[in-house]
Amino acid sequence: MSTSADDYVDITDVVCPITFVKVKVALEELEEGQILEVKMNEGEPIQNVPRSLKDEGHQVIQVLNNEDGTFTIFVKKDGL
Amino acid sequence: MAVNYKELKQGGFMKQIQKDHFSMRLRIVGGQIEAEKLKKVYEIAEKYGQGYVHMTSRQSIEIPFIKLEDVEAVRNEMAVSGLQPGVCGPRVRTITACQGCKICPSGLIDTTELAQEFDRRYFARELPHKFKLGVTGCSNNCLKAEENDLGVKGGIQPEWIEKSCTFCGLCEVVCPRKAIHVQKEDKQVQFDETKCNACGKCVKSCPLDAWGGKIGYIVYFGGLFGNQIATGRQLLPIIYSEEILHRVVETTLGFFQRHGKKSERFGLTLDRVGWDNLESELKEVSK
Repeated sequence: MSTSADDYVDITDVVCPITFVKVKVALEELEEGQILEVKMNEGEPIQNVPRSLKDEGHQVIQVLNNEDGTFTIFVKKDGL
Repeated sequence: MAVNYKELKQGGFMKQIQKDHFSMRLRIVGGQIEAEKLKKVYEIAEKYGQGYVHMTSRQSIEIPFIKLEDVEAVRNEMAVSGLQPGVCGPRVRTITACQGCKICPSGLIDTTELAQEFDRRYFARELPHKFKLGVTGCSNNCLKAEENDLGVKGGIQPEWIEKSCTFCGLCEVVCPRKAIHVQKEDKQVQFDETKCNACGKCVKSCPLDAWGGKIGYIVYFGGLFGNQIATGRQLLPIIYSEEILHRVVETTLGFFQRHGKKSERFGLTLDRVGWDNLESELKEVSK
């Protein structure tokens, strides 16, 4: 199952809280309902970034395990 | 007149190595103090101490260097401003807590409220030895439930709500116990309750609240983190009612009162008289 995204951000090179900041900045550029693809590390980022997105009203619609210690998630802006 | 150090210690004034000086411990609940009271702490430290306070390892505040001759004056000033002395010695000590669900995004239970209730019911109760009660809001365990004689941890028994699920797979990747398996193609979710540690990460992160469930208290008994170290043990399934939780605490304190020896920490009492005995009493009252 593949999902197409309107933009992409890689947050595997930063740590909390810059992880979420980068995602927020990327979401700022999108219109409501558009999809952002985010690549993040396992551990703290995958535990916290999706939860923070939920708190801000964005919907995670798909999560892919890249099987290399990273995950790719697809987020619908203002989807909640 | 001879100084009654024991009585002073019981009332929160701990003898220092300097003759006739005391470190005065405050009664703090759940690590919180109103700013107005903190101002009074500042004044007392300036006026009667040496202008500083000590933060204790268990969320209390001590004002060192109170002179014996000032003890009464300090007591009076505290009483006027609603500050109370803490306790030391063989009794229920400061009730500790994290900020809990009213503040923390991870919190599952209202730790502040529960700590206050514990304080009202159990604080300073006389026992064979010191007894520490702590409350932590979730499995992140910032307040380290298992190092207390009785520690409480917020937990949740998750329940999958099929109609809300989009099979995005997030719960599977946030679950620390690999208890959830999402089959995206077949639109199936398998949940292995036996692996679940009730941490609630699936519930907190699910975008569409397709994980719900009942929030409750996980209780640990007999933890120690002093001269000896032991991890508290969970003897009961998660408890969903605060009333039953209090029955469990009362039963535990009663058990320690009856079986504990002077200067023997609760965990060591359990080692000596048998954990099974406490467990069966607890099972009886938590039905």
